[in-house]
Amino acid sequence: MSGTYLGMPAFPEAAREAVGNATLRGNLRHATHTIRAKRATAVSEVSDWAELREAGKRIKDHTLRHLDRYLVQLEEAVTAAGGVVHWAADAAEANEIVTQLVKMTGESEVVKVKSMATQEIGLNEALEAEGIHAYETDLAELIVQLGKDRPSHILVPAIHRNRGEIRDIFAREMSEWGRPAPEGLTDTPAELAEAARLHLREKFLRAKVGISGANFMVAETGTLVVVESEGNGRMCLTLPETLISVVGIEKIVPAWQDLEVFLQTLPRSSTAERMNPYTSTWTGTTDEDGPQNFHLVLLDNGRTDTLADEVGRQALRCIRCSACLNVCPVYERAGGHAYGSVYPGPIGAILSPQLRGTGSEIDASLPYASSLCGACYEVCPVAIDIPEVLVHLRERVVQGGEVTREGNKVVLRPAKGHAAERAAMRAARWAFTHPGVLRGGQRAASRTRRFHPRTLPGPGRAWSGTRELPPVPAEPFRDWWQRTRGGKDGDR
Amino acid sequence: MRVALFLTCVNDTLYPDTGRAAVKLLTRLGVDVDFPMAQTCCGQAHYNTGYRHEAEPLARHFSDVFGEYEAIVTPSGSCGAMVRELYPRMGERARAEGRGDTLAATLAPVVPKTYELTEFLVDVLGVTDVGAYYPHTVTYHPTCHGLRGLGLGERPRRLLRAVKGLELVELPGADECCGFGGTFALKNSDVSAAMGADKVRNAESTGAEVLCAADNSCLMHIGGTMARLRTGMRPVHIAEILASTEEEPAV
Ligand code: SF4
Repeated sequence: MSGTYLGMPAFPEAAREAVGNATLRGNLRHATHTIRAKRATAVSEVSDWAELREAGKRIKDHTLRHLDRYLVQLEEAVTAAGGVVHWAADAAEANEIVTQLVKMTGESEVVKVKSMATQEIGLNEALEAEGIHAYETDLAELIVQLGKDRPSHILVPAIHRNRGEIRDIFAREMSEWGRPAPEGLTDTPAELAEAARLHLREKFLRAKVGISGANFMVAETGTLVVVESEGNGRMCLTLPETLISVVGIEKIVPAWQDLEVFLQTLPRSSTAERMNPYTSTWTGTTDEDGPQNFHLVLLDNGRTDTLADEVGRQALRCIRCSACLNVCPVYERAGGHAYGSVYPGPIGAILSPQLRGTGSEIDASLPYASSLCGACYEVCPVAIDIPEVLVHLRERVVQGGEVTREGNKVVLRPAKGHAAERAAMRAARWAFTHPGVLRGGQRAASRTRRFHPRTLPGPGRAWSGTRELPPVPAEPFRDWWQRTRGGKDGDR
Repeated sequence: MRVALFLTCVNDTLYPDTGRAAVKLLTRLGVDVDFPMAQTCCGQAHYNTGYRHEAEPLARHFSDVFGEYEAIVTPSGSCGAMVRELYPRMGERARAEGRGDTLAATLAPVVPKTYELTEFLVDVLGVTDVGAYYPHTVTYHPTCHGLRGLGLGERPRRLLRAVKGLELVELPGADECCGFGGTFALKNSDVSAAMGADKVRNAESTGAEVLCAADNSCLMHIGGTMARLRTGMRPVHIAEILASTEEEPAV
């Protein structure tokens, strides 16, 4: 995946700063709670939500099971419609393909509509290295780009910013990139939107190359679909002469009719809208209408390896609605940056360690970035059991095991730093399978209860730094039970 | 009816009062309670931290100890969810790993007859008024595994509403996790503490004297945070409230 995020510290460390940042926590709390409540309302309006969720899950599972077949079908359909399909095994290959395609047009500027796939591979940086400027046109992406910042949410990449901060970024940075912000810009939403509109319009009208992602690809017709709220995407998709779409291979659905399910579940789950304002679909090229050259770059980048994992593969059902982020209490406190990936929150915690492996510190810590409260699973419109996958990946971290990497089976060794924990777990298992040992331990603890510290050393310090420990009781339950037989022939 | 009390290792060791309350309550309702002395731990901490293979012997031990009983009752939503939700999954995983059906077959008998305490009262005994008396203002925190794992729903609140003298006040953000999450509290202590503090602030805003839940692990985290933030509120397990009577009121 992108080089942008490499060398990140483990999640707990990355989260610490966010937890202590009151502005950030306030911004996140406000934004996630607002959208959370709205989503619940939008979902409750649909009487057959449970069935839609199940249908979405099944369609995706079926597609993933026959992914090879549907991808070939898609390629044929796109080609027949006048498009060109490129296959990219990893980030480097995808970046190379796109860079060459842009170079062939002779242009040095491209407009982009928000695409997670291109962020995942670090396309903007790769283009920049070749002297090609990529302009983000999604409002939130624009804020992130102008602020020289990183996205922190799937749908609202600038969720960590408030209006005042956005005003400052616009006033300071817009002139460097194109049309400057109007004089005396205030932080009212209407003024901010207008400033962005003027700034972007100039770019749309100038650009000859557009780069997009897609929410869905329909195998039977070769159609790509983008779902958005602002209309900027539609401009990116229709105004340029050349359109390059970079899409993860898991975004495919078999038939046009399958969209019926997702076009209901996606907007309600993501923006809490009954229907999103703009749904654009494009199929190859059409004479004298829209882009005259269309390229589809199909991106693997760890996806077929993920598909090989029985438990973990369900992460590929994700339709990037971001509902799981908005309900996640950990995301709410830690912020999106702590996840070290373009995919933050619960889905990021299971997707990144699968796409990238668990080799780095951050990736080995992500499966633990959850209290397993299950709120993410409950809201997920394609029923991804995120807690199940998290526990599965924890197993991989502490025990190692067989995984597929670049198509080959490899055996992972356990991640470093878990030796003490493993020993403790083994010891506890031993005590728990020998009830007499457990009892001896309890008695010893009771007898020495007056000497127990209320703060703990080692890893326990983190606990007692913010919480009081419970006192050890004078008598464990089982001793009381034996003494009294449940109060029957004892002292009660 | 003769049931086995699965108290859980945490309650046995740190919260024996909850166990005594559960015995008192069930006995009062005419249930013959047994406490199999060989019981230990359901293996949840092992399983959830990624040590599934260490959890398997514990699950087998659980089945050996409890397999013969008509019903198994536990005052812990998360340990109940471990048996009901995750034991079947452990069996499936063993099968997927080519280890045959032995584990699944060993664990299967205990899965359907394990009940969380409030679930047992409402669904099996069919009572909501357990004849309790508890003259305090109480707010209820539905713990994640009870809420989403077992789907306890309104059962605990219905039981509490029927308690004489008890005033139940709604907890803002009730469905949000308190931040305990087992080893999560150790591994991600900053986020965990922030979640706990928010939970406690919400609880404080209700003006209740007591925060009640059906899981002592969450109560340990919430109570520890309450004590540190000097709120004066107390964490109390629901079993202790339901066991309290006019003759023998809980303190
Ligand atoms: S995992 Fe589910 S809830 Fe989260 S973004 Fe993907 S589809 Fe949405």
